Amino acid sequence: MTEPLLSVRDLVVEFPTRRGTLRALDRVSFDIEEGEVLGMVGESGAGKSITGAAIIGLIEPPGRIAGGEIWLRGERIDTLPPERMRRIRGKRIGMVFQDPLTSLNPLFTVAEQIIETIRTHLDMGEREARERAIALLDQVGIPAARRRIDDYPHHFSGGMRQRVVIALALAAEPELVIADEPTTALDVSVQAQIIDVLKEMCASRGASVLLITHDMGVIAETADRVAVLYAGRMAEIGHVQGVIQNAEHPYTRGLMGSIPTLTQSADRLVQIPGAMPRLNAIPDGCAFNPRCPQVFNRCRVERPELLDRGNGRRVACWLYDEAGVSGPGETAGERTGSQDG
Amino acid sequence: MLAYILRRILQSVIVMLVVALVAFSLFRFVGDPVSTLVGQEVTIAERETLRDQLGLNDPFPMQFASFIARAAQADFGISYRLQQPVMELILARLPATLELALVSGLFAFFFGVTLGVYTALNRRGWTSSAIMTVSLIGVSLPTFLIGVLLIWVFAVELQWLPSFGRGEVVDLGWWRTGLLTPSGRASLVLPAITLGLYQLTLIMRLVRAEMLEVLRADYIKFARARGLSNRAVHFSHALKNTMVPVITITGLQLGSIIAFSIITETVFQWPGVGALFINSVRTVDVPVMAAYLMLIALIFVVINLIVDLLYFAIDPRLRIDRSAVRH
Repeated sequence: MTEPLLSVRDLVVEFPTRRGTLRALDRVSFDIEEGEVLGMVGESGAGKSITGAAIIGLIEPPGRIAGGEIWLRGERIDTLPPERMRRIRGKRIGMVFQDPLTSLNPLFTVAEQIIETIRTHLDMGEREARERAIALLDQVGIPAARRRIDDYPHHFSGGMRQRVVIALALAAEPELVIADEPTTALDVSVQAQIIDVLKEMCASRGASVLLITHDMGVIAETADRVAVLYAGRMAEIGHVQGVIQNAEHPYTRGLMGSIPTLTQSADRLVQIPGAMPRLNAIPDGCAFNPRCPQVFNRCRVERPELLDRGNGRRVACWLYDEAGVSGPGETAGERTGSQDG
Repeated sequence: MLAYILRRILQSVIVMLVVALVAFSLFRFVGDPVSTLVGQEVTIAERETLRDQLGLNDPFPMQFASFIARAAQADFGISYRLQQPVMELILARLPATLELALVSGLFAFFFGVTLGVYTALNRRGWTSSAIMTVSLIGVSLPTFLIGVLLIWVFAVELQWLPSFGRGEVVDLGWWRTGLLTPSGRASLVLPAITLGLYQLTLIMRLVRAEMLEVLRADYIKFARARGLSNRAVHFSHALKNTMVPVITITGLQLGSIIAFSIITETVFQWPGVGALFINSVRTVDVPVMAAYLMLIALIFVVINLIVDLLYFAIDPRLRIDRSAVRH
């Protein structure tokens, strides 16, 4: 297997506060392969956005990367000096934010913002950069791009602005695009369009995507693999179809159960009882243990590491630790050996 | 755009009419003009004739109308004290005040913005804390005290700069300027600093607060995520957004610098309109007071109008662009 495009190893992000240090990310590891779309799901506060910010090197102080490594195509990037990291942002890693209404500077035209980005990273003249900007806008589906390019952001609708944001993120042909909830702030009717544009733009350029969202539907349609975060820790990671059809971690199973489907008529959606712990009150052992329907003693004392379950699936749950001394027996037995295609 | 300007001008005219009413009321309620004009030996019958001649027996609206009509032609009558046309008196002193206000306004704006941006970008730095602390003193000290302190240090102790007057002035025919002579420029330094110091600290604190706010905005985060240099993020993206509210305040402050130059002019014996006004108040020289009131109101209104138009230049969201809105 070739070297992954992005490799995150045991990433720890901490926020020092007056009442002690909060661990927003606790030893998170994952890879993103060349041209792959990795979805990242989890509840609010699970650490999805922090992961994106850590990769692109924009964690807001006083937050800091307290441990682990981030490698981009064999180059370690979490320890780069700020100026070198800046050159990677936009050029090799692009980012799309949640709210297109606030992502664009209202006082500059779209042309100014795109051309500025292109010329920061590529050796291009004003005219050439402008042509490139028009081509980009055209590709993301802005009608009459040549005429609209000199408009200000407020002249565009939300969906159109997010297209502009995608054009900006891809202006310098990055190898990786981090899309942090790119459709959350949009109308349902345009969400699918934006996802299509993002997918299409990245696929045609061979760029990999880290798609952060809490919308499992978007993940199911877009991502190749999915990573599930819970309380700053990785719960499960694997191929999308496998994880959706056959979730192994009890938390993932709960997450999947909470998605409404048409085929299954239920009066009430399944919900996971309780709430994700606050970062200053993460229980010992598995972070999910107070809410887990299959909890047993070991979960309350020992933190599970990601266990390789074969076929690219990795799960952090003691249910699958066959070597474990105090395994639960029947529940685990039911699940073990289940392979996804 | 044109409709907007016309509407703003109409509003300005209404403001000016209200101010004119106040100014006009001065004539009616601050003493009897006839008794200030004539001696004690004049009979009541003669006073009545004079009253009639001056139109003082006309109904209030008519008197007000003729006041407005004359004011519109810049005719505010004769000063009781100096027996000269009021407009001549004011125009002769206006350059001194305007030069002082402009120089101190530029001083306040330039240093205010620079220090504000610096303290916002180096929020935790030692220098920033020092600047913020000193600025607190600047805000809380009264203007006359700052003036007196500056005179004491720079004029009395160090003897670097003159303590009063305007120095040599050059007469350009319609404008007597002190900016062309070394002594004129030296004389301008202390009063300009005195007058501008409060505005400087105000602008600085405003710029700092606005900039900190803007730096937290999503578009700044996005600009960083696009890999733009710090320089571009801070001085192009952040500063431009910071300047929108700062310009309003600065514009209005320029108005108050002109209006409240009275104190500084008194401290430094600056031969400007403010000093003229103070002397007029002392002798109840109503025409001068009324004219001064109208003049200051006019300056405020004009500056406000300019500020509103500047908004259009800076903030594209305000440009009423009907063709684009339809999309």
